[in-house]
Amino acid sequence: MIRRDDVPAGLASSRASALLQGGRRLAAAAVLALGFAGVAHAAIDAYTFKDDAERARYAELTRELRCPKCQNQDIADSNAPIAADLRKEIYRMLGEGQSNQQIIDFMVDRYGEFVRYKPELNAHTWLLWFGPAGLLLGGAVLIGVIVVRRRRSGRDDADVLSEEERQRLAHLLDKNRE
Amino acid sequence: MKRWMLLIPLVLFLGMAGLLYRGLYLDPSELPSALIGKPFPEFNLPAVQDGKPLTRADLLGKPALVNVWGTWCVACRDEHPVLTRLAQQGVVIYGVNYKDVNADAQKWLKEFHDPYQLNINDEAGSLGLNLGVYGAPETFLIDAKGVIRYKHVGVIDETVWREKLAGQYQALVDEGKQ
Repeated sequence: MIRRDDVPAGLASSRASALLQGGRRLAAAAVLALGFAGVAHAAIDAYTFKDDAERARYAELTRELRCPKCQNQDIADSNAPIAADLRKEIYRMLGEGQSNQQIIDFMVDRYGEFVRYKPELNAHTWLLWFGPAGLLLGGAVLIGVIVVRRRRSGRDDADVLSEEERQRLAHLLDKNRE
Repeated sequence: MKRWMLLIPLVLFLGMAGLLYRGLYLDPSELPSALIGKPFPEFNLPAVQDGKPLTRADLLGKPALVNVWGTWCVACRDEHPVLTRLAQQGVVIYGVNYKDVNADAQKWLKEFHDPYQLNINDEAGSLGLNLGVYGAPETFLIDAKGVIRYKHVGVIDETVWREKLAGQYQALVDEGKQ
């Protein structure tokens, strides 16, 4: 594990924590506030959009981009301060009239391909895109080959007797009859 | 079926086991930086101590470490003595005081040693965003032309310096001498 600290929520929080150093009542308030922070959902950012289309794009982008800190959450869903920062940035860029592609490129330039839940198809990612399907296909082909071989070899060896075997069988049967 | 084909499952198994074994020792919270090989981003921000405006041009001329820190960052406190020692050895270190209260940062630098030749006050976190910062401390190694050569996420301790950074830093310094 890397020893490090998360991005702080903003200046307000560090000032608040400085104030909270004194006073038990304030400490209790901090505990309460922490409790609420856990409950609060990220989607309550109070952003106003120009129209519904822009709101939809915001929702789409924040769901496609992954939080660099929490890793298994998209930034729409994450309470991490860094995710809030990125949401703010997306909102700002939408306001400037930038396209989805421009916004995604902006994030990828800074945080790497990692931040995309749908990474671009290129030399580095083809294995990621096609690996599972390829494995499945490979497995299916292998099973197919094995089944066909068994069937064919079964017909050759087990069911059908060679000329020599047939004579031997006839001989044995004759012997039995005598 | 040919003899050698019997070895295929074993080879597949060993390959898979090797891959997974390696995975055990990878830290998924360590992201490869998207900025390696790219120029350090442009900025125009005040200095922490005197508020003098700083730009990217101020970081050029010598290979250097750019350390992202904050007084809210507990791990930065661990890292501080190491940076101080490196600075005494002549390593050029610039600071990015990320999302911090300026007065707190000044107090910290006064109380502890100040290893930074320059300290950029990134109160709003805009430079941090452009650097793809998602926590602190993070340290970038830049060359004399301001190109980012390496990024270390987490505390720099003696081992990290010796094994990951010292060699690259020295190589950049030697490059400059030729």
